[in-house]
Amino acid sequence: MESITPTKKQRTSGPEKQDPNIDKTEAVSPWKEAYWQLRKNKLAIIGIIIITFFILVAIFAPLLTSYSPTEVGAGERLTSPNADHWFGTDDLGRDTFTRIVFGARISLIVGFFAVSGALVFGTFLGILAGYFGKWVDMFISRIFDIMLAFPSILLAIAIVAILGPSLENALIAIAIINIPIFGRLVRSKVISIREEEYIMAAKAQGMKSGRILFHHVLPNSVAPIIVQATLSFGTAILEAAALGFLGLGASAPTPEWGKMLSDSRQFIQSAPWTVLFPGFSIMLVVLGFNMIGDGLRDALDPKMKT
Amino acid sequence: MLAYTIRRILMLIPVLIGMSIVTFAIIHFIPGNPARVILGDQATATAIANLEAQLGLDQPPYIQYFHYVFDLLKGDLGTSLRTNTPIAAEIWPRLAATIELTVFAMIFAIVVGVNAGIISAWKQNSIFDYTAMIIALIGVSMPIFWLGLMQQWIFAQELGWLPAFGRGNPRDPVETTTHLYVIDTIINGRFDQLWTSIKHLVLPGIALGTIPMAIIARMTRSSMLEILRSDYIRTIEAKGSRTLSVIYRHGFKNAVIPVLTVAGLQTGSLLGGAILTETIFSWPGVGRYVYEAIGTRDYPVIQSGILVIAFMFVIINLIVDLLYSYIDPRIKY
Repeated sequence: MESITPTKKQRTSGPEKQDPNIDKTEAVSPWKEAYWQLRKNKLAIIGIIIITFFILVAIFAPLLTSYSPTEVGAGERLTSPNADHWFGTDDLGRDTFTRIVFGARISLIVGFFAVSGALVFGTFLGILAGYFGKWVDMFISRIFDIMLAFPSILLAIAIVAILGPSLENALIAIAIINIPIFGRLVRSKVISIREEEYIMAAKAQGMKSGRILFHHVLPNSVAPIIVQATLSFGTAILEAAALGFLGLGASAPTPEWGKMLSDSRQFIQSAPWTVLFPGFSIMLVVLGFNMIGDGLRDALDPKMKT
Repeated sequence: MLAYTIRRILMLIPVLIGMSIVTFAIIHFIPGNPARVILGDQATATAIANLEAQLGLDQPPYIQYFHYVFDLLKGDLGTSLRTNTPIAAEIWPRLAATIELTVFAMIFAIVVGVNAGIISAWKQNSIFDYTAMIIALIGVSMPIFWLGLMQQWIFAQELGWLPAFGRGNPRDPVETTTHLYVIDTIINGRFDQLWTSIKHLVLPGIALGTIPMAIIARMTRSSMLEILRSDYIRTIEAKGSRTLSVIYRHGFKNAVIPVLTVAGLQTGSLLGGAILTETIFSWPGVGRYVYEAIGTRDYPVIQSGILVIAFMFVIINLIVDLLYSYIDPRIKY
């Protein structure tokens, strides 16, 4: 981690001071500048460490434990944390640590695909609405309005109620409810870029709509999309856990964190560890993404600073 | 102002139509045969045919939709499959319970969030600021169902300070007129019951209010920081007073708009969060009503429950929008 941890000198230096390694006569790209900003943000660095940790845990899950996440009777029922079972066992004698470790895979995968889906469709619709305007914009924006008229988890419940409860359908539902968030963001960005002079110049040179979109409009919308995607990653994981908790996501015996919470909530008094660890894992991952997202926002888009 | 109000209300129409299509879809767009899905695999052909007739599934979709909308306009929310009672009658006491919980959670979120945000901005980079902002950051990332479970465990089961379930003492039921227990108990003059009701509100209210509280605190802080750097505050400082009371009186008035926006938006997510909180604390509100309906595949209840909550959300957003121009006369539409 040493390479990205800022040195004391850099940490105290103001934003106008540049990295001494960079030749000052060279034009600084906004991405490089954002990278310096991010390096100085302690919370963002902590977030990156947390998320890297969970990604590694998810990848190397089978190496970290000798049990299987669905192995009933890996230990005695509801044993408290000990040397064999670091996080104790649940009511079926399954090793909680193993289930948490494998649960990291599920949460990260669900988060990744849900956000990717929302990002692709949202960006596509946002560009259509923003670039073509008129009735296209009217139509798409009204659909976004309607979707945003529901509290998001409620819309997800409605979608899962239609499709039937399963982890895949929960993922689809989470992707759908996040589409308007990306859609609106991209739309507003496209509208503001559309009026820029360089777009006018491109048009005057006879550049086709599609090329203008991909060469000029899209690259200029990337920064806010990245920020939103990072923040949405955390929200998506929370939403998946909530659906799992309500019995609308993963089904038994999948080691999904939300499902683990609802399964063991009745044992909270006799075996608090069965509830403590899954919930803490959810919180930590979401916190990590929020920290990175906040840091990225401050670095990439100073106007959005909170 | 009046023109804007009318225009804003007219803009609701397409949203409400869209919402009704989405909730309509909950039953009618179930892939395959909806009646069979609702009744399960063991259902007899007659039972399926009966349910199809009851839900109007034997008619073409557009006719079904018009029936659905006309019923809604008449105030008919359908009939629960489990209890066979009209949902409109069942839902009101639950809606009142949800409103009571939501209001309590929002008061908690605004009072704590706004004050923490103001003090953080006033004492920027102090220990208080760092602590408050770290708590806020954790609050935003917290799964509320987990927070609820933890609170229940610590404050109800381990410490025994507060009740963990329900709205009141089941052996001493509140005589209801409005179904808002806090108001009903005051009307009845039963202050012992009022105290019980408030104690029951604390844990679910705080669990539900934590996320909005955190978001409001962050928003208040950033919008206050901007105000504190403005010329007129500097003038006040130059005159020699930078006390907290000055900050409250002169600063917050101008920081209130972004805070209000966030508060309004958060009330919506609160209504979504109510499903989780009510499930954990056995709070007999609309959220729990929907949750129980999910378990028993009572689709008409799921449908109407979601519609009612979404409708409340839309109305809250409308009120917030209209409040802007009232609070900040500079906003002209």
